[in-house]
Amino acid sequence: MASELAVEATGVVKHFGDTKAIDGLDLAVAQGGVYGVLGPNGAGKTTAIRILTTLLRPDAGVARVLGHDVTKEPDAVRSRMSLTGQFSSVDDDLTGIENLVFLGRLFGYSNRDAKARALQLLDAFGLAEAGAKLVKHYSGGMRRRLDIASSIVVTPDLIFLDEPTTGLDPRSRNQVWDVVRALVAEGTTVILTTQYLEEADQLAGRIAVIDRGKVIAEGTPNDLKASVGSGALRVRVEQEDRREAAQATLERVLGEPVIVDADPASLSVRVADADRAALAVAELTREGIPIVNFSLAQPSLDEVFLALTGRPAETTEDAA
Amino acid sequence: MTTATPTRPRERDAFESDIDRVRAALGAGTRPSRPSVISQSFTFGWRALLKIKHVPEQLGDVTMFPIMFVLMFTYLFGGALAGSVTEYLQFLLPGILVQTVVMITMYTGHTLNKEIQRGTFDRTRTLPIWQPTVFIGALLGDAARYTMASTVILTLGLILGFRPDGGLPGMVLGTLLLLVFCFCFSWIWTALGLIMRSPEALMGASMMIIFPVTFVSNIFVDPSTMPGWLQPIVEWNPVSLLATAVRGIMAGDAPMFEVMWVLAASVVLISVFAPVTSYIYRRK
Repeated sequence: MASELAVEATGVVKHFGDTKAIDGLDLAVAQGGVYGVLGPNGAGKTTAIRILTTLLRPDAGVARVLGHDVTKEPDAVRSRMSLTGQFSSVDDDLTGIENLVFLGRLFGYSNRDAKARALQLLDAFGLAEAGAKLVKHYSGGMRRRLDIASSIVVTPDLIFLDEPTTGLDPRSRNQVWDVVRALVAEGTTVILTTQYLEEADQLAGRIAVIDRGKVIAEGTPNDLKASVGSGALRVRVEQEDRREAAQATLERVLGEPVIVDADPASLSVRVADADRAALAVAELTREGIPIVNFSLAQPSLDEVFLALTGRPAETTEDAA
Repeated sequence: MTTATPTRPRERDAFESDIDRVRAALGAGTRPSRPSVISQSFTFGWRALLKIKHVPEQLGDVTMFPIMFVLMFTYLFGGALAGSVTEYLQFLLPGILVQTVVMITMYTGHTLNKEIQRGTFDRTRTLPIWQPTVFIGALLGDAARYTMASTVILTLGLILGFRPDGGLPGMVLGTLLLLVFCFCFSWIWTALGLIMRSPEALMGASMMIIFPVTFVSNIFVDPSTMPGWLQPIVEWNPVSLLATAVRGIMAGDAPMFEVMWVLAASVVLISVFAPVTSYIYRRK
């Protein structure tokens, strides 16, 4: 069973009126681990997820989830995967526990078992105290956790998380990441979409970059980052008149052209990896050029896009 | 950001210990065998009732609305139309019951449309269930609301002096016929609820249908007082036939033709609009 692909899409096309939201999407995702789908708003991530989770029918192409065709055998697909959508799918007018009992009952748990399962999940997701409260009074992070808990009332073989951390504060985001890791550790395959390279980098074993409804790059996070370098080192020197000296040192150590910023004390340079950046900063200190601060910025999705497509990532209105 | 930093590690540790529980919960999520379609429908019905429990304000339409209608029409028209209020009530009450409950069915589509916008539908649509149970369940919940409205109206009627010859059995049977019809009729709203873009647009469209259909009927006045060209329209209005049937049953003298007609119409409505709803839902 493990040899069958979690997701296999070939030539999937989806139009909305005149817009081609998905334009010949090909994907092959093996079981196990986290697979990241990276792209800007409007790239077609959500549309792709909606097709794979049986919510939308593709206009052309074939999509299979765990070996089952999403249009011909939606029921077989639904019984093995679950979706935590971008927009909350929990019911505001019910309490947390009622939301979970409701789903448990639909899956076929007895009343008692559904309740026990709901309490177990609430407890695991740090919602035990909020369980009896109406969901409309929950914070964004709590709501997202309940939404994920709703997706694992019955542990799925595959879970789709559509931008699970968008709009969350850093702490809630870390909690979601922990949950994703727990899912993988327990053997569930996770497919997650994100706009953040950092998130894909932290979690995913492989990443597909999507643009205009197509996969434009696929590989491990390292493969992708290799195409753009690991980011930019920015240094601010203490004395403006030492900037030129600093520039020379950085160019020597890193072998890259150093960009002189508008700020007369600041410099930036692309670096291939963090180790080299550390060396360069150390070299400045060794040469007695005092610095106020330095930072290493992760390459942004924009930079990845620029490197892959030669144009900046467009953020257009997401069609679905 | 900086002020939050000192407290963060501790809170994070707290959730880290929860992660073991998340893993344990994941391990325990074994799949039970699939429940029956009836059980699924009742689960959806149960959810609908829970929502009434949590947001009782929404019962305004099934409590205040009928009370206003009964009082308004009884006292406004009673004297003029039938000579006395009590006398008019015997004629009007079954009709008001029909009108109110038929009107309330509009909210079925309204609720459905709102839920689609909110994303709760994505969850149910990705569940391994027989999908039409979503609607059957919602309509079962609505049937409970219709029953509530009927009880309110009949109770108020009895207080005001409604004394049907059919007695309690007549009132129960009449209400039952009305509920059957409304359960089947509501499928029009589920279909519209899926098609229309917003709850507001849907309400507009529903009003366009419901208002003429309930008012151009024999609920308030005997059609023989109307102009000749209007009479056949009013007599063949489904709501008139329904009102005549309910009125007859409550008076202890069930009109066979109208009762059969209402039952046949119910069968036709549900067998056309239930599949249409399912079809639109699957294609959405």
